[in-house]
Formats: sequence, structure tokens, C-alpha cells
Amino acid sequence: MAEGENEVRWDGLCSRDSTTRETALENIRQIIVRKTECLRLMKETPYRPADGLSNAVSLDGLNKLLAHLLMLSKRCPFKDVREKSDFILKSVQELGIRIPRPLGQGPSRFIPEKEILQVGSEDAQMHTLFADSFAALGRLDNITLVMVFHPQYLESFLKTQHYLLQMDGPLPLHYRHYIGIMAAARHQCSYLVNLHVNDFLHVGGDPKWLNGLENAPQKLQNLGELNKVLAHRPWLITKEHIEGLLKAEEHSWSLAELVHAVVLLTHYHSLASFTFGCGISPEIHCDGGHTFRPPSVSNYCICDITNGNHSMDEMQVNSAGNVSVSDSFFEVEALMEKMKQLQECREEEEASQEEMASRFEIEKRESMFVFSSDDDEVTPARDVSRHFEDTSYGYKDFSRHGMHVPTFRVQDYCWEDHGYSLVNRLYPDVGQLIDEKFHIAYNLTYNTMAMHKDVDTSMLRRAIWNYIHCMFGIRYDDYDYGEINQLLDRSFKVYIKTVVCTPEKVTKRMYDSFWRQFKHSEKVHVNLLLIEARMQAELLYALRAITRYMT
Amino acid sequence: MEKMSRVTTALSGSVLTGRTMHCHLDAPANAISVCRDAAQVVVAGRSIFKIYAIEEEQFVEKLNLRVGRKPSLNLSCADVVWHQMDENLLATAATNGVVVTWNLGRPSRNKQDQLFTEHKRTVNKVCFHPTEAHVLLSGSQDGFMKCFDLRRKDSVSTFSGQSESVRDVQFSIRDYFTFASTFENGNVQLWDIRRPDRCERMFTAHNGPVFCCDWHPEDRGWLATGGRDKMVKVWDMATHRAKEVHCVQTIASVARVKWRPECRHHLATCSMMVDHNVYVWDVRRPFVPAAMFEEHRDVTTGIAWRHPHDPSFLLSGSKDSTLCQHLFRDASQPVERANPEGLCYGLFGDLAFAAKESLVATESGRKPYAGDRRHPIFFKRKLDPAEPFAGLASSALNVFEIEPGSGSMSWFVDTAERYALAGRPLAELCDHNAKVARELGRNQVAQTWTMLRIIYCSPGLVPTTNLNHSVGKGSSCGLPLMNSFNLKDMAPGLGSETRLDRSKGDTRSDTVLLDSSATLITNEDNEETEGSDVPTDYLLGDVEGEDDELYLLDPEHAHSEEPEYVLPQEAFPLRHEIVDTPPGPEHLQDKADSPHVSGSEADAASLVPVDSSFSLISVSHALCDSRLPPDFFSALVCDMLRFYAEQGDVQMAVSVLIVLGERVRKDIDEQTQEHWYTSYIDLLQRFCLWNVSNQVVKLSTSRAISCLNQASTTLHVNCSHCKRPMSSRGWVCDRCRRCASMCAVCHHVVKGLFVWCQGCSHGGHLQHIMKWLEGSSHCPAGCGHLCEYS
Repeated sequence: MAEGENEVRWDGLCSRDSTTRETALENIRQIIVRKTECLRLMKETPYRPADGLSNAVSLDGLNKLLAHLLMLSKRCPFKDVREKSDFILKSVQELGIRIPRPLGQGPSRFIPEKEILQVGSEDAQMHTLFADSFAALGRLDNITLVMVFHPQYLESFLKTQHYLLQMDGPLPLHYRHYIGIMAAARHQCSYLVNLHVNDFLHVGGDPKWLNGLENAPQKLQNLGELNKVLAHRPWLITKEHIEGLLKAEEHSWSLAELVHAVVLLTHYHSLASFTFGCGISPEIHCDGGHTFRPPSVSNYCICDITNGNHSMDEMQVNSAGNVSVSDSFFEVEALMEKMKQLQECREEEEASQEEMASRFEIEKRESMFVFSSDDDEVTPARDVSRHFEDTSYGYKDFSRHGMHVPTFRVQDYCWEDHGYSLVNRLYPDVGQLIDEKFHIAYNLTYNTMAMHKDVDTSMLRRAIWNYIHCMFGIRYDDYDYGEINQLLDRSFKVYIKTVVCTPEKVTKRMYDSFWRQFKHSEKVHVNLLLIEARMQAELLYALRAITRYMT
Repeated sequence: MEKMSRVTTALSGSVLTGRTMHCHLDAPANAISVCRDAAQVVVAGRSIFKIYAIEEEQFVEKLNLRVGRKPSLNLSCADVVWHQMDENLLATAATNGVVVTWNLGRPSRNKQDQLFTEHKRTVNKVCFHPTEAHVLLSGSQDGFMKCFDLRRKDSVSTFSGQSESVRDVQFSIRDYFTFASTFENGNVQLWDIRRPDRCERMFTAHNGPVFCCDWHPEDRGWLATGGRDKMVKVWDMATHRAKEVHCVQTIASVARVKWRPECRHHLATCSMMVDHNVYVWDVRRPFVPAAMFEEHRDVTTGIAWRHPHDPSFLLSGSKDSTLCQHLFRDASQPVERANPEGLCYGLFGDLAFAAKESLVATESGRKPYAGDRRHPIFFKRKLDPAEPFAGLASSALNVFEIEPGSGSMSWFVDTAERYALAGRPLAELCDHNAKVARELGRNQVAQTWTMLRIIYCSPGLVPTTNLNHSVGKGSSCGLPLMNSFNLKDMAPGLGSETRLDRSKGDTRSDTVLLDSSATLITNEDNEETEGSDVPTDYLLGDVEGEDDELYLLDPEHAHSEEPEYVLPQEAFPLRHEIVDTPPGPEHLQDKADSPHVSGSEADAASLVPVDSSFSLISVSHALCDSRLPPDFFSALVCDMLRFYAEQGDVQMAVSVLIVLGERVRKDIDEQTQEHWYTSYIDLLQRFCLWNVSNQVVKLSTSRAISCLNQASTTLHVNCSHCKRPMSSRGWVCDRCRRCASMCAVCHHVVKGLFVWCQGCSHGGHLQHIMKWLEGSSHCPAGCGHLCEYS
């Protein structure tokens, strides 16, 4: 049977026109039926050793199709597609073929499925978002489903990501996905790597590159160093790094390409933080997202292992989750009280200059003790590791690192004035998009805190934002870092630090143990702040280096 | 008034002197400000705060205001301003949100006077009242502006910008109570200092943060603003609504803007990022800076005119740790280097030419363009007599029109519309297109199509032996032949046409002239400027002198014969020669058998009832029947395409490219193809042939082209009731909960093509409206309008 005939085209399903979708689905149905028939025939004919291989291959192909259909039946924003793919699956099952079923509990392992919006029950605005996302990517990924807690942000996020990956830009499409893979692999984020491996192949990328960075073109290999430093110790980026990339003879990057790459790298570093921070489950159609086994087998571990989290923590969840309600209620009250105090006493008690400076230093120093232990450096054993080299290179605390690195002053180089202009000059429109995204993430508020309404959370948000920048050695002259200590308690700091610096070590326990009374949507909100602050910090360092190179 | 006269006397008393100079600072500067006496300048930055005296030849450090052992953030200055009334009074804005005033009259080493710690975030700007001694205004990142009375310990009043960061505050120079503030969200607000509760006026000036503003020193209502969107805008605030009167587009975000003293339309700008130069613009000439200072090696952060009534001294501080004094006469003037000529072709071959007036006047006297009607139109700017600057150029625009008739491009439009490019077998397409070309009187093109059909639509393949033979031949001689062909710039078709006409008995030169004019139309690029007789001569010479070669070339073009054939035939009479050329007699027999041949023979006969061309075609036919693979000709076909493209007829090149598809595509490099496609699409779009151009885009195989109609495919619709964009769906407005586009005929929502009358804005489904209009010309909505649809 010719392969071309059985080539399944999914893109018809992304259309907004229901008849186009219907024809596309009908096509898929026919292909599946043909394949099933073919399989059945093979089974019926007496066993021949030569056939064994081709049988396995075609079964594999069919299973992939079925997995994709399963994803569609759960995650497609269009009702007709969901129903029809469900129908096809059922009819295949009736033919005696084993069909897959989803593993895990919804898009996130940290958040119960019932808390998350179900596809199909979204309102009009969210439906538009979903449809847009589905049209652009051909899927509705788990990240989207978790972010939809904050539709305003999600819209801007999707727009930016779509622009970065699919619209005009100096880099070819497969480069963009490959850079995404490189960035995500730095944090061993198999979720993002899997997604983009598929996309990379889809846009015609060379499968050989996926065997490791050393198989990619020299130009991309050169980017490896920047990727490494940017992900873990962005303050070490110098203009020499930039120069090395721009002046590498035939492998050199142009400024525009470099800015595109830097934006992609930072985007995926922070997205990896989000993936771990919110415990995103593998996509249904990817490995680890579904199983063909009957449901009796415990499948907890599979998805955990593939996503790089330690299943041990799952066991401890229950004990951590059972903290008495009154205790955690007190937590919120205390936080609100502190915020009020800070608001009031600000005018009275004015800290001296030295005091202010030392507070920053203290916070900076403390931030490194927050971290539980660097020692258990797990070398990633999974296939993700082949996408990057130098696995031992990780986050080292800003001030501990022996050599003295001058503090980065926001007042001298900030995103609004400097970073934006540079990005927009070299990669038009993206500056605007990212700027919007930062703005939305920073200003997003519903004026609620857990069960309280009408709370001005700006102080808390600013503390979180500045704490993250503080970990990267970025200082705001006009901020009293004493506030951070007042507002962020230790378990929260541990969570922030882990998500931002070593996201692969985030556990469900950490997620559960901070802000116990807060809603899941608020925790996702915190994550949005974390990833945007992280992205801005990385961008600031990278762009400052580029600016220095240019002048 | 009293003050005014005092200043003028001060100026006239001691005329400013100096030269372009710079001095090195210890650290990057963030802002500078000049003392009233124009003899001192203060420089402030994160780790610098010094006063320099401006002397004749150099800057001399006069005072370091950063005293004390411990560096304090209060001294990390974002802005500095020197009081224009009191020489001893300075104010700085610190990055940690503190506003500090300094009194130089204090006897101690520490000149710090007062400390205001009311702002929660970085203070971006401080500003003294121009006439009041004790009033200071500050604008901060925390979204508040505060007015301080220096005789009191805290602020007098606070103005809230609704939590948007304030980037600049400036007291109006003329209106005692007014100040302007600019915001990070692009807004500009006007406040009355006595009314802190709300602003007098607010408007959006820029897209993105407005970094700076400056009131015009003389014109009461003018305010210049500069933003991150790389624009400088001049607003007239005297009218009821703020009106944009000028707009200057720069190349980088605008960090500072300062009106130039004594020059009503000049202002100086510097940028926040990337661009290090200081520019002086004439706002009436927004595209070229009037002057440019290129001394700095890093971004300029502060600029100040040295004296409020002297337009020639500009001071600037920069991140590269230097302080500069620029002299206007030393500035480089980009206008001098600009090329003030412009040239543009119209669609129909008209040529417009703009140049400096003086230049055109002399030239036109000397060199008249024969046969052209000239329509010189002169644009002249009225010069302000009070304006000393004479850089504003006046230019003249000349339009040369092509002779009516000869420049008509109707053939292009017709051809574009009638050509069939896909959807039928190749043979049919070629025949169809040949027919179209013939009907439009373009015999050369028609001939080409016919030949293409013959080349590519013959049945059968070549036996290998035969192939080897002919390929060997072709490769041995193909190259030099092509060269000779290109040199003559002649198409085989053209040659045969001239020959045909000649054999009809017409005068030779006439036909050639006609032909040449035909090529001239396609080749618009040089016809009118060069004078049309040059190419004509060229053609004539070619035809007259090299008749025989021309003849020879035709058969060669068709099957690449060896050059030896050419030479001996020179002596032969023309007609026989063609019959002689076929390589072997067996082809003639084949020809008779083939149904294709008979078909095209009939074609050829009806087209040109002269046997010379008849024989030409049959020759090529015979060749095909000898089973030469079509590949064999691809080099020639490619050359033919290039020839057409070079002649300016990209239409032909692209059409053939599309029709032949895979057959020739691989032989022409991507870039050339892309170039042809883009030129053709451009032409089509200029003739408003949108459908055709879209078809071409769709049929093109070049990646860069086919993605053209995938870009910007979104159509934004505004609601017809509330006039705001409809975000979710194109037919229901979320805001007014109404269906926006109803069909006036069937009263249903239109979800697809919506057509409406531009007169009464009623409309509906395309089909329904068309049907309606067959019966009535009144609006179907009953509004009584006589609808018009184009």
C-alpha cells in the first residue's frame, strides 16, 4: 500500500469552516478503516516471518493515529470534531482494535481536573482563544488549558508565541523549533521537548539534528553556550559572547537573527519554569499521555517519570495537604495584616541609605540559602539530555560565585526604555508584543486574595517580581527589599526559587505547601509572574550585552 | 516684560563665544542643565554630580557636589535642573524616589538643602517654575506629580496620573498656572497648578511611552513631545482640542526634545537607544535633520541650549562619559549630502522627475525632449522671511507624458485577463494563449506560444542512440550560438514576423519600425529618456545587415544545429534555405503521419498564409517527431523567457513559467523566478487586476511568492452601530449585542461576502443585491437612495 495514500492530513481540522472539518475528518476515518482492514487481513493470513516487521510498523502507525484522535476527542475546541473522533474511536474498537485512553488526571498534575476549565464549557471569549490556538498549532496544549485561568494573559501569550514561531522573522521555521528544544532541554523539560520535536519534524526539520546538538549545524551549536549561560547564570553574559556569535565567519549570526534566538531562548526557559511550576502533564497524543493498556494497571509513575518529577512526592501529598484549615487561614490573615502595616508605616519609619542597600544584599544572600540542596545534582538520564551539553552547568547563586559581579541597576537599563527599543528595532513588532505581555502579567489583578475581596495586591506582586529579579542580581533603586522578607514566607520563597532557577526540581509538595489557602488560579497567577519576571531578567542581561556590543 | 529686556541686555552685553569642544567626565551622565548666566553647566548621573564652567576653550570643573564618604542613593540622579531665576538653586531627582534641592550659596562643603522623600518610586523629572522662585514640580514612576514649595518641608499638592508612570513634567513658559505631564501609556495631560483634583485636558500623543516634552519658548500653545515610537510631534494646545501640527519621524526612540532658541521651527532631539547623535530638526521638513552632531560614542542622555536667546550653542551629556559643546556652524548637515532628485514611472509610461529647481531650469533649456509634451509643475515653498535658515529647498516636478496611443497598456490588461494559465492540458493552454495574443495583434508572442506547444506536446520519446547523437551536437555548439543570439537581442518570433511582412511585399523599413515600436512599448524603461530613435536604428541595422543570419537563426533556435550549417547558406536564396535546413528527409514523412502536425499546420496556415513561416513551423515539427525530448529545448526556452523578461514583458515570462510548470522551472534559478513573479504581480496590482494577481500568486511554486497571499489574511470589521471593532465574530457585535451586517434583501445575517453601497451604506449578500439591482436601482432597504455599485 502506498504511503502517500495513507498520509493523514490533520490541518483540515483547524479550519473554522465546519464543512471543511467534516471532509477532513471523513478522510481520516477512511484511512483508519483502510488501515484496520489491512491489519485484520494480515492477522488472518498465516504467519510469515517477513511480515512481522511490517505488521508492527503499520500497527505503530495506526496507534499514533488513534492517539491523535483521542486527543482530538478530548481537546478540540470544535464540538463536531470531538464527537466525530470519539465516534471513529468507538467504531475502531468495535472492530476489535485496542484503542488508547488518556493517562493522568487532566492538564496538570498539581491542580485537580475539576478545577480546570473543561473544553466545551468555555464561554465565547475563551472559545475564540481556543479556536485561535487550535488553528495556529493544530492542538490545544495543556499549557493553554492551565493558563486559561487568566484569559487576558493567555491571549497575549498565544499571540506572542504564534508570532515567534510562525510569523515573519529572520530565522527559518525549523530553527525556531530547534532553539525551543534546546532551551527546554536545558531544564530537562521533556514536555516541551516532545511538543517541539513533533513541530520541528512537521515543518521539515532534519531528524538527524534530534540526535544531539553536535548533529545540528555549527551555527546552532554556537548558540549552545549562550543558551547555557542564559538559562542558569545570565549575569555572566558579556559582549564577548555576543561577538563570538556574530563574528564566526560562515557560521555567524546576524543581529536580527540573534535577537530572535534570544527571545526564543528566554521564552522557552521561562515556559519550562511554568511547565514544572504548574505540573503540566504530557499531551494526550505524545508519549506518556495515553496508554493502550486496560485501566486496571496503576499508571501514576509513567507520566511522572516522563515529566521528570519524582513520584515519591506524590505519596507525601496527602500528609502535606492535610494541614488544618484554621492554620492556613491564619496565614492569609497574617499576610494581609503585614501588607496593611507596610502601607501605613511607610511614611513614619524611613530606613537609612545604608540600611536600604544592605537589605538588598541580605535578600540576595538569603535567596541562596533558601535553596534546599544543590548537591543532589541528578544527571538527567533520559533522552532529553542529548539536546544539550555540559549537563553539570546549573544555576549558581548570584553572589556565591566567587568573583564579584556588579549589581544590575534597572534605572540604568530597563525593559521599557532600552530593551524594548532594541528588540523592536531588530525584530519589529516583537518588542511590542513582549511589552504587552510583561505589562499584562505585571498588572494582572482581580483584587482578591484567597477568600478576601477588594484587596490591593500591587505590593505583593511587586515583591514577587522584585524578589525574582533580586535572585538574578537586578536591583531597583526605589525598592525597599525589607518588604520581601515581610511578605514572602519561607515555603513560598523555596517554591519561587525552585521554579525560577531549577524548575526540574519542583515537586507537588512544594506546590501544595505554599499559600495553602489560596486558589489554584492564584497559584497559576503567581507562576505567570514568575515566568515573566524570569524572562525579563534574562532578556535584560542578554540585551544589555548586545547593546554593549553595538556601542 | 521687564525680565525679558534684562536678559536681552545681558546677552548683548556679553556675546557668547566658544568653540566645539568636549571634556571627559568620570562617569556616565544622565542629565545636564545650564545656569542662567550661560557660563556654567551641571552634570548629573548615577555616580557623578558636578558643575563645570564653560570657558572659551574648555570646560573647567568648578564644583563637585557629591560629598560625603558613603555613596548614597539620594545622589544617584535621574534628572537635574538649574533654576532659571536663582543662580544658586538646583534640584535633582534621585532614582530611589527622593527629590533633593541644592543651595550653592551655603558656606559648607555640603550644599544639600532640602530632601523630599514623598515619592515611592524613581523620580523621572524635576522642573522649576519659570518665574516663581520657590515652586518645584516632580514627576515619578509611581504615577504621581508633586508640587513643592521650597519654603515648606513637604509637598503643597499632589497630582495623580492614575497609576501610570510619569516620564516628564514641564511648566508652561507663558501660562503661569499650567504644566504638562507625559506618561508611560502614551498620554499627555495638562494641569492647572491650582487644581490637583483633575487634569484640565488629556490626549493620547504617542503609541507607547512619551519620554519628553517641551513648551515652545515663544509660541504660547505649542508643545513638542517625543516618544518611544520614534516620533516627535508638535501640538497646538491653543485650540479647543490639541491638534498635531507637525510630526518628525526619527530613527530611534526620542529621549529628549528641546526647542532651539530664536528659531521658531527648530528643535533638538537625542535618542534613548542605538542612535548616538544629536539632531536639530526643522519641523516643517520632517524627513531630513537640519543639523546633526556626531561627537558622542554612546547614547546622548541630556541636551540643553546654552543660552535662551542664542541659537548656536548646544550642550550635551552622554553615557560615554563626555560633556560636549556643539557649535551650530560646525554641525554636519545631512541635507547637503542628500540626493534631491526623484524619478518615477507611471503605469502608462509617463515619467515624473523632480529635482532642485535650479538644476532643472538649466537643463531643460539645453536639452529639449522631442515629441513630448511637457507639463512642468512647480512646487515652491513659501519661505518665512524672518527665517535665517535657507536650507529649505524648492523643487520642480516635471511630468513627461508618452504620446497618446503608443503608450496604451490595454494589451497588457487584456492579455492578463484572458490568458489561461492552468486547469487544462498544456496543448490547449498554449493554443488558447496563442489565440489571445494573436487577437491582440501580438504575433510574436502568439508564435512563441505555438512553438512551445510544438516543443512540449509531441508524443513519444527519443530512442537513446538518436538522443546521444543530437545531444552531442547540441552541447558542442549550443553555447556560442546562444551568445550570438543574445547579442542581437532578437527573438525568433520577431525575425519571422518581419520576414513575413516583407514577403507580403510591404516596404521593409515600415514594418520594422512598427515592430520596433511594439517592442518599445513593452520595454518602457528607456524609451522616453533615451529618445525613441535609438532602438529603432538598432533594429533596422540588424534586420538590414543581417537578414540572412536572422533566417538562419530561426531553425537553429528550434533545434540547435551546428554552426557549419550557417556559413554555407549565406549565399542561398532565402526561401529555399529553410527547406534545406531539416536534417533528414525521413522527418518529412513523419510529419505527414502525425495528427499534431496537421493541426498546427492548419493553425499556421490560417495565421500566416505565407509559406516561409509555414515551413519554419513544419521544420520544428519535423524535429519533434524525430523524438527529441522536450528537455532538449529547455535551455532555449529558458533563454527565450529571459529575453522576454529583459524586454520588459515579464507577463510573457511568468505566464510561460506557470503554463510549463515543472518542465522549465528547474532550469531557472529561484531568485530570477521570484523576481519575475514579484514584478508581474506588482504590475497586475497597479492595474487593479487583483483576481489575476491572486491567481498568479496561487499558481506560483516559489515559496516566497505563494506565501504572499497567506500574509495578513485577517479582515477587521467595525460594528456599524457603535463603530468599534468586532473582536470575536465578524457579524455580531459584542458590545451592542446586535447583528452588525444584515442583508437588506433577505434580512438575514451576512456571514460571507458582504457588499454595500457606499452612498447609503446599505447592502447584503452579493447574490441578493445583484438580483435586486436587476429589478430596481433603488436601495433595497427602502432609504430611497439610488444605489451605485462598481
